[in-house]
Amino acid sequence: MPVDSNPALLDEALAAEQRRRQLRRWLGRLFGNPLSAIGLGLSAFFIIVAIAAPLFASQDPLAMDPSNRLAAPSALHWLGTDDGGRDILARVIYGTRSSLLTALGILSLASVIGTAIGLTAGYFGGWVDETLMRITDMFLAFPALILAMGMAAALGPSLFNAMLATALVWWPWYARLVRGQALHLKNEAFVEAARVAGATGLRIAVRHILRNCLTPIIVQMSLDIGYAILTLASLSFIGLGAQPPTPEWGSMVTVGRAYFLDQWWIVTFPGLAIFLSVMAFNLLGDGLQEALSPRLRR
Amino acid sequence: MARYILRRLLLMILVLFGMSVITFALTHVVPGNPARLLAGQHATQAQVEAVAKLYGLDRPVLEQYWVYIAGLFRGDLGMSLTTRRPVLDDLRQYLPATIELTTAAILLVIGIGLPTGMLAAIRRGRPVDHLIRFFTVAGVSMPIFWFGIVLQIVFYRNLQVLPIGGRLGIIDIEPPRVTGAYLVDSLLAGEVDTFLSALIHLILPAATLAAGSIAVVTRMMRASAIELLDADHVRQARAKGLVELTILRRHVFRNALIPTTTVVGLQVGTLLAGNVLTEVVFNWPGIGLYAVNAIRYLDYAAIMGVTLIVSTIYVFVNLVVDIAYVVLDPRISYGSAETSGR
Repeated sequence: MPVDSNPALLDEALAAEQRRRQLRRWLGRLFGNPLSAIGLGLSAFFIIVAIAAPLFASQDPLAMDPSNRLAAPSALHWLGTDDGGRDILARVIYGTRSSLLTALGILSLASVIGTAIGLTAGYFGGWVDETLMRITDMFLAFPALILAMGMAAALGPSLFNAMLATALVWWPWYARLVRGQALHLKNEAFVEAARVAGATGLRIAVRHILRNCLTPIIVQMSLDIGYAILTLASLSFIGLGAQPPTPEWGSMVTVGRAYFLDQWWIVTFPGLAIFLSVMAFNLLGDGLQEALSPRLRR
Repeated sequence: MARYILRRLLLMILVLFGMSVITFALTHVVPGNPARLLAGQHATQAQVEAVAKLYGLDRPVLEQYWVYIAGLFRGDLGMSLTTRRPVLDDLRQYLPATIELTTAAILLVIGIGLPTGMLAAIRRGRPVDHLIRFFTVAGVSMPIFWFGIVLQIVFYRNLQVLPIGGRLGIIDIEPPRVTGAYLVDSLLAGEVDTFLSALIHLILPAATLAAGSIAVVTRMMRASAIELLDADHVRQARAKGLVELTILRRHVFRNALIPTTTVVGLQVGTLLAGNVLTEVVFNWPGIGLYAVNAIRYLDYAAIMGVTLIVSTIYVFVNLVVDIAYVVLDPRISYGSAETSGR
C-alpha cells in the first residue's frame, strides 16, 4: 500500500522523519560544542581501553618484580612501578576496566530499583506514593558518600559491596525522576486511550509510561557515571572497595600515598586516570543534557 | 510562613527517625559479627558469647533498637570498640576540628565561588568565561583525595612553603580548649603564634575540601546571573540609565544569591562527606579520620555515631537554608520545598 493513501501511515512516516531530523539536530549540537566533543572523544577512548585492556597493556598488572621496586618512569615501565615492582601503566589500564564496569553496575542497579519504586509511586498515587516517597526522602537526607560509607562498612570491604552500597544510596534520585515523569504521563491522552481500549495497569505502566521515561533516565545516567567512578574510587581510597593489589585506581592511590614524597608517580597516574575519565563523562553528560533540553542552552 | 516552618520541622523529625532506623539496621541486621571482632580472633565461642552479652548484642533486634533509640535521647551513642570510650565523648573531642575545617571551606566557597560566577556571567562567551568553565568542570571531576595529595607534593615537597598535615606544628602547644576550634581558642588565649600556625595548617585542607564545591557554586552563580542579565527588569534599569555597577550589584548579584543560597546549603552535605577523605589525606584529627579508623576495625557504634551526627547536621542546615529561602524570596509559595544533594 502506498504511503500517501493511508493517513495513519502517512502520520507515522512524518513522525519518523521528524525524529530523524531531531536526532540530527541533537548530534549537531553535541558535536558543535567543543567541550562536549572532547568529552565524547575521551569517553570513547576510556571505553575502548576498558574493553581491550589486554591489547593495550604489554605487561601483567599483578606480576611482581622485586628487583624493580619503585622504579621511576622509563622506557621499560612508561609510568614507573609500585612497591611490588608492578607496572603502573598496566595497572592503570586494567583499572579502567574495573572502574567503568563497577560504575555501570551502580547505575544499572540504582536505575532499576529507582525506576521500579518511582513507577509504582507515580502510577498508583495515594498512600502508596506517600509511603514510598517518604522512604525516598529519608535516604536523600543523608549525605550520599557518608551513607555509602556506612553501608559498605556494614557489608564488608570489597569492590562488589562498594558497588552495591553505592547503588543502594543512589536509587532515590531515579525514583524521584521516574515518579515525576509517571505523574505527568499518566494523564496524557495516549495513556487515557490505552486505558479506554482495555489495557491492564501493568501493561500501561510498562509499555506506555516506562518507555517514555527512558530518555530522561539515560540522560541522568550519563550525568551520573562520572560521579559513580568518583564515589567508587573514594570508597576504595578509604579501604572500603577493592583491596590491594587489585588494579583499581582508588586503592592504587592509597598505596602510593605511603611513597608520594619520593616516588610521586605511584600516586599521580592512577589519580590522573580518575580525574580525566570523570571529566570526560561529565563533559559528555553535560553535552547530552544540553542537546536534549534546549532550555539549558546558553 | 509559621505553618510552613512547622511542617518542615515535622518532616525533619520523621527524617531523623528514619535515619535512626537506617543506621541501626546497617549495623545490626547486616552480616559481620561485632562481638567476634571485639573478642578478638582467637577467642573461644564462650568468650564471644560473653562479649555479646556484655554489650547487649545477643538480644532480639527490636529490643536492641529500643535500647539504642532510648539511649539516643539521653545522648548515649554506645561505646566505641576501638577507643573503649563513649562514642559521644569521642565525637565531642573530634567534632570541633571538623567544624573548623568545614567552616573554613564554606568561607572559601562563598568568597571565591560568588565573584567568579559573576565574572563568568558578565564576560559570557569571552576567554575568561571559557577558562572559568573549564575550571568548574575540572573542579567537580577531581578526586578530592588525589587533589589533596597533589597539593601536598607541590606546596610541601617542592615549594616547601606549607605544612604537610595536622592542625599544628610539632613545637606548637595546643591552646586552652574553649570551643575546640584552634583559630578561635588561640585568639581567646591571646597566643598569636599558635593562631598563625593553626591558620597555615588550615590552608591546604580547606582548599582541598572546598575545590569541588567552589566549582558547583560558581556554575550556579553564573547560570542565575546570566538569566538575570537578560531579564526585563535589568533591561529596564539599563534603559533608565542606571550605572552598570549599580545594576550588577542591586539587580543581578542580589537576586542571583537566592537560588545560589540553596546550592550552598546543599554543598554542606558534600563538604561534610568530603571531610572524611580530606582528613585522611591531611591527618586532620576530626570525625572523618575517626570514622575511617573505626571502619578499619568495624567499630559499628563509632561508624553509626559519625553517620548520625553528620546527617543530623546536614538535615538541620537544610532546614535553615529552606527557611532562609522563603524569607529571602517572597515569591516562593510555602509548599514542600524539596532538598537533595550528593
